[in-house]
Amino acid sequence: MSSETRRWERFDRRRRLGRTVGWLVALVVFVGSWQFLDMSLVAAETVPREVNDLLTRMYPPDVAYTDEIAAPLVETLHIAALGTAGALVLAVPVALIAAENTTPNRATYWLGKVIVTVSRSVNTIIWALIFVVVFGSGPLAGAVAIAFRSVGFLGKLLGEEIEEIDFGQVEAVRAAGASPVQTLLYGILPQVKPALVGLSVYRWDINVRDSTILGFVGAGGIGVQLFRSVNAFAWQSVAMILLVILGVVIVSEAVSAYARGLVR
Amino acid sequence: MAASERTWQRPSIFGRREIKWGVYAAVVGFFVWSAWGVGADPSRIFRGLGRGATLLGDFFPPDVTPRQTQRIVDKMIESVAMAMVATVTGIALSVPIGFMAAENLSPKPLYYLNRGFISISRAFNAIIVAILVVKAVGLGPLAGIVTITFKTVGFFSKLLAEDIEDIDPGSVDAVRAAGASPLQMLLYGVVPQIVPRFAGLSVYRWDINIRTSTVVGIVGAGGIGSVLLTAFNRYDYQYVSAILLVIVLVVLVAEGVSAIVRRRYQ
Repeated sequence: MSSETRRWERFDRRRRLGRTVGWLVALVVFVGSWQFLDMSLVAAETVPREVNDLLTRMYPPDVAYTDEIAAPLVETLHIAALGTAGALVLAVPVALIAAENTTPNRATYWLGKVIVTVSRSVNTIIWALIFVVVFGSGPLAGAVAIAFRSVGFLGKLLGEEIEEIDFGQVEAVRAAGASPVQTLLYGILPQVKPALVGLSVYRWDINVRDSTILGFVGAGGIGVQLFRSVNAFAWQSVAMILLVILGVVIVSEAVSAYARGLVR
Repeated sequence: MAASERTWQRPSIFGRREIKWGVYAAVVGFFVWSAWGVGADPSRIFRGLGRGATLLGDFFPPDVTPRQTQRIVDKMIESVAMAMVATVTGIALSVPIGFMAAENLSPKPLYYLNRGFISISRAFNAIIVAILVVKAVGLGPLAGIVTITFKTVGFFSKLLAEDIEDIDPGSVDAVRAAGASPLQMLLYGVVPQIVPRFAGLSVYRWDINIRTSTVVGIVGAGGIGSVLLTAFNRYDYQYVSAILLVIVLVVLVAEGVSAIVRRRYQ
């Protein structure tokens, strides 16, 4: 009987083949990459030792260094705050043209998508390199870099939020004789306001982390101190800076989570 | 009458209007302080914008010599290869850490230890990690791989742990009731529930790693970043814009692949 020989199988033959091929490709790519990078297995053995050595030199952290890093730390927070505010101002129009239901025409829609994509795929530090050339080194360049990096993130997510709104309300406001600005203020904005606040706070939290590295390319913040200490091999000062960054990041993450909890 | 004088006010999450305006004032005050602190005076911004326009002219059109093209291609392949290796090593390390950081499976001390490690990994930007790793293991792609692996572990094991915490305990109980050993319980009770998310997360992290691998070179950890920094230092802005274009394209392709794979798996 044919029913006796039937066995239960999780996947049919085609899917099984697909999975096998997928695993094979992943394996080949992994091994190929490993070979290409000329990495021997020795590396896997030396890395933990070297890292351990570095950590030993960092202990104990240089607490006396705290005074010198207070001002750069505040500057870092300023950069993050200003960058987020700037991004928000730029992101609202971008979100409006990148949302399918509010964009004036196809050309503006694609313009919005391009702005979002370029902003998101260029890293903060690369934006900082560019803006250091434009504004000279200093925290202003950092704040602008943070803003340009965040526009894509905010524009994309806010745009998606706008696409989800109830358009009936917008039409009601418009039918009551509202101008385009009034339509925006009373038809669209109230519907996306919680998302707007939540996303900005979330991005601010990310920006606090990002603004700690700007100093490396001369764009201000605590990064300047960090790289100076690293280059001077002052590992105990480095450890202190890292601890302070860790503290600030954890606090900002908690603040952000609390604020997002409020608006949800 | 008192009742007729009452007007409707929009409800607010702050409870009282005074608190609401107080919070707004504090936020605005902080921004003013920030603007003053970073020296964002309008004249400087306008001068910068003027220079920005000139600079934009220098950036266009992107232009490269054949040697530079070769260099971009070589270093871009190095970046992608770094991302591939680091994704695999990172995920391999994330699995045990993710299990140990799941509250429902792991004993408390082990849970806090692994959560602490995850927090540290997530708190520091890849560039900071890369600087330290370069000092520890030297310049080159190895530093990049270690950096990206470290960042992957923080991200991946956190999400993995959250998935494990969200599993349906019923199937674990069922497997246990059938007489399974602790290891069998993990393999047949827990693992099948997280496999679909696991695949999606891996591809998502691979996509992020490609992005990261294009910048860690700026601090000497291998990949296209080093070429970019050199081009900037030589004021060769047409070369810079060519490199940026390649980075944007590669990131877009990675994002597309990741989106397609995730849609098929979920």
